Amino acid sequence: MTEATPVELMIVAGSRLLGDGRVVFAGVGAPLEASVLAKRLHAPSLTIVLEGGAIGPRMIPGKLPVSTNEMRSAHGAFMLTSITDIFLYAQRGCYDYGFIGAAQIDQFGNVNTSYIGDPDRPKIRLPGSGGANDIVSSCREIMIMTRHETRRFVERVDFITSPGYVSGPEARRRAGLRRSRPVAVITDLALLGFDADTGRLRLDALQPGVSEEQVHAATGFELLRSDSLSELPAPTALELGEVRRLRGDAGSAEIEAQREATRAS
Amino acid sequence: MSLAEAAALVHDGDTVAAGGCCYSRTPWAMLLELLRAERRDLVLARNLMCYEAELFLAAGAARKLVASWVGIGLRWGVPKLFREYVTRDPAIYEEWSHLSYGLRLLAGSMGMPFLPTASLLGSDLLARTPAQELRCPFTGELLVAVPALQPDVALIHVHRVDAEGNAQVEGPTFMDMELARAATTVIVTAEEVVPSAEIARHADRTLIPGFVVDAVVEVPYGSYPHECHGRYEADFDHFDTYTELVNADGEEGVRAYLSEHVEKAGSFAAFLESVGTSTLFEQRRRARELVLP
Repeated sequence: MTEATPVELMIVAGSRLLGDGRVVFAGVGAPLEASVLAKRLHAPSLTIVLEGGAIGPRMIPGKLPVSTNEMRSAHGAFMLTSITDIFLYAQRGCYDYGFIGAAQIDQFGNVNTSYIGDPDRPKIRLPGSGGANDIVSSCREIMIMTRHETRRFVERVDFITSPGYVSGPEARRRAGLRRSRPVAVITDLALLGFDADTGRLRLDALQPGVSEEQVHAATGFELLRSDSLSELPAPTALELGEVRRLRGDAGSAEIEAQREATRAS
Repeated sequence: MSLAEAAALVHDGDTVAAGGCCYSRTPWAMLLELLRAERRDLVLARNLMCYEAELFLAAGAARKLVASWVGIGLRWGVPKLFREYVTRDPAIYEEWSHLSYGLRLLAGSMGMPFLPTASLLGSDLLARTPAQELRCPFTGELLVAVPALQPDVALIHVHRVDAEGNAQVEGPTFMDMELARAATTVIVTAEEVVPSAEIARHADRTLIPGFVVDAVVEVPYGSYPHECHGRYEADFDHFDTYTELVNADGEEGVRAYLSEHVEKAGSFAAFLESVGTSTLFEQRRRARELVLP
């Protein structure tokens, strides 16, 4: 089997963080792929929830949804309800994990998916919050998955679409964010956690074969470092085979390039 | 009623909210009909907007968009022209989160001026919307109050409806129940118009009661090229062709699309004819496969 691609490393590392018997509210793309992988391997009783209205869907390998609202996302679900209903379960505290992607993320885990540049005179308009703001406001443990690049890991996001620690634990508390807690950022280079005292991102583990220098070079701010820094185990053949089967076309070089171009533009 | 007659219920300057979500159960036939009728100065609102966002901007039909997200789908990204319009003038786009938009409709549907939520706190979205921070009078918890949205017109596409407007959908209901109650005028398009007895036979499936509905139009494939749960899958090839056109020619590309599918086609039926029966049948086959257990 060929070596894992950066996206595959990220998906496998993300999937391992999801516990069996829990409920995950997953955004489309890599977070959903990681959730489905977890369910198929080590967490068969994980309930996946998608914002389009599906509770407990079982995806068809190779036909994962492109949007969280489409028929593919509803396949095999236990319950199909309204979008508002899905989010109100989150607000009620029913979901263990909120799992989202990020275009831009800063040292406090604040996520921007709205504007690059000054929002009054933006350089680039991004797709927006969708459910991301609601997910980070209400799901118990927040996990974020994104490629590790300096243009994404910035000291301060241009716009807080979905707040992390805002500017620290006290700022987060003052803002009224009491229902959720940012816990992890999963990238193709590392697994990051949050320092409890400062709310800042901390390097907890490296992806296999990645050096600390590589991580720092790809991060646009000073990253804290865990005293017990470790290396993540490489994806197993089982994990890699399953993630490829799941992603099907979505994992192909052509679609990957299309997605990448979309992200970059 | 015909699509053209229903379009006459929409007036220049109206706030028009579309049902479904992104490329699912979009009232596509009705949206194209509003463009064909050359409505102007509209505020177009939807929870997640697909590329209708830029069709309405390029056609000069909408002065403002209200949504929580605008994109065609993961593979195709943010509609290029929408991005250009908003970069030029951010004021034409009002951004909410998905739930806060939904709660605005829910408040509207309940006849209440606002609803509280735990969303938007600590974000920069808060200051750019009319939403306000609020202290709970009972617990002191800091929350956000979102103002009710009661659109002038709702456009909703469903699976089945009777002549009175009693409407049933299959699959996720998105925000259509709240939307139908919140809006002043409700236009329902449907895959099929059925006798009331047929609706009554599965009354527990009725999402929208006829007394909130003002117009009923039968439009098979009325969401196409978007999807309708269990009936037809979204036409990803159509999205590919569209994005290639717009990425290559920008505003001219969007105009060419409008010229071909709105003006020259002249009707939604003619647009479907241009898609061709073999494609329509294939999308139907794919949808059936996806709803199999």
